[in-house]
Amino acid sequence: MRIGIVCPYSWDVPGGVQFHIRDLAEYFIRLGHEVSVLAPADDDTPLPPYVVSAGRAVPVPYNGSVARLNFGFLSAARVRRWLHDGHFDVVHIHEPTSPSLGLLTCWAAQGPIVATFHTSNPRSKAMIAAYSILQAALEKISARIAVSEYARRTLVEHLGGDAVVIPNGVDVDFFAKAEPNPEWQGETIGFVGRIDEPRKGLPVLMRALPRIFAERPGARLLVAGRGDEKEAVQSLPKELHARVEFLGMVSDEDKARFLRSVDLYVAPNTGGESFGIILVEAMSAGAPVLAADLDAFAQVLDQGAAGELFANEDADALAEAAVRLLGDPERRAELSARGSAHVRRFDWSTVGADILSVYETVTAGAAAVAADERASGLRARLGLARD
Amino acid sequence: MTATLIWILVVLVAIGLYLSWTAGRLDRLHARIDAARAALDAQLLRRASVAQELATSGVLDPAASIVLYEAAHAARQSEEEQREVAESELSQALRAVFADSGQVEIVREAPGGEAAAQELGEAVRRVPMARRFHNDAVGAARRLRMHRKVRWFRLAGHAPFPLAFEMDDEPPSALVERAA
Repeated sequence: MRIGIVCPYSWDVPGGVQFHIRDLAEYFIRLGHEVSVLAPADDDTPLPPYVVSAGRAVPVPYNGSVARLNFGFLSAARVRRWLHDGHFDVVHIHEPTSPSLGLLTCWAAQGPIVATFHTSNPRSKAMIAAYSILQAALEKISARIAVSEYARRTLVEHLGGDAVVIPNGVDVDFFAKAEPNPEWQGETIGFVGRIDEPRKGLPVLMRALPRIFAERPGARLLVAGRGDEKEAVQSLPKELHARVEFLGMVSDEDKARFLRSVDLYVAPNTGGESFGIILVEAMSAGAPVLAADLDAFAQVLDQGAAGELFANEDADALAEAAVRLLGDPERRAELSARGSAHVRRFDWSTVGADILSVYETVTAGAAAVAADERASGLRARLGLARD
Repeated sequence: MTATLIWILVVLVAIGLYLSWTAGRLDRLHARIDAARAALDAQLLRRASVAQELATSGVLDPAASIVLYEAAHAARQSEEEQREVAESELSQALRAVFADSGQVEIVREAPGGEAAAQELGEAVRRVPMARRFHNDAVGAARRLRMHRKVRWFRLAGHAPFPLAFEMDDEPPSALVERAA
């Protein structure tokens, strides 16, 4: 099958959607499909052979933050050329509502289009204003995929229609087979995520730390992620600073080893999560998980069966649960075993096969993807078509 | 005077273009419904065929065979109006026969059973998918057709008002777990 995948965000910036697309593309290539990924990228960035650059993304203020987007007729022309040269059986667009390549492809293509909705942002003002334009483009999508039941609900409420739920994939064995690092073991609490992004919840964990450290004198916190380390520990009493260790940005291999090593993984995120891939990675590595009870997290953790949940933003509840788990190796072993079994459904072998069934369902009996010749369509309706 | 006439002409042309564009949108949606319906039909037929094959293979016990054969046969032969009911009954029959994962194991151990179980597993997963895509397309078309401009100018032509396909498509959990 010839598959075209559209990535809305810059390939050179690491992010969840980009990693998802990279793993998906590589999974399909291993199965012998032909895959081409269209992504924004700087011209001098080295790209894998299956990625086609759609030009540089332009930083613009959008939806409350600065987003790097592709638009304008130059990008639209590149999209058309890619569609034309690709002869795809199916095009898979990620994040079709962001005003970038996804939306452009929706406009420019006809034929079987599959779209994955990753975020579950409440409808923005811009989207309400652009609703009718958006609706006309989104109508072309033959199959919609939401990454979680929560994302599907937001999608149904805001855009109407329906979607199938296929979770994000993880290479479970990559994490399960990583070598633990003894330096990161021994009553360690792990946290992965941007330090200076409050929604990742490090401040909540910092508020809970004094009590955890007081009751578990051997406990340490390990933080993997970018951000200002001094600012992060500001709220903490001086004598506890030594028990918080910052590892900075870690490579994929180190992240796997990190998750294999820690005795408890804590995800105190306060919101903005539609899936929670890091929880799946932690469970793959066999780390017992303690997470905030966000809708998305509760679903990934099987409503608390595969990992413990605490009331969102409640530092006391977090401290209480962490202290209890650190002092109860049996419960941790149980969580680890349940997590490892539960996580199999997120493995690429399952997720990839599901996505492929979606492709096969929409391509059955449909023509291949082509550039949508809107102009000639109009001419045809007025009886002015050339042939 | 001429200026007014030109303006009226411009507005009329703009309205005409807009209506033509909307008609194109509607046309595309109807084509999408047709494709989605064809895909749904293919998946339903495939599911009924595999179920019927299993029922006549002699791998299942006689009672289960009869229940499954009856339901699969009814689903394949049903008239358009009874289709949703018949397909729902096939779902129920499949759930009843494959309620226990032991039954799936028995099928898999039979010669050629591995492939049959795999195909049935795929079919029961794809029916809900195809149905969701179909109903999604139907919903989009219905929303557009309710709109004033479409009703007043009869942009939908003679295309029948699209109907969703409603059925019970819950797959037997034992089969889906095996496929996962």
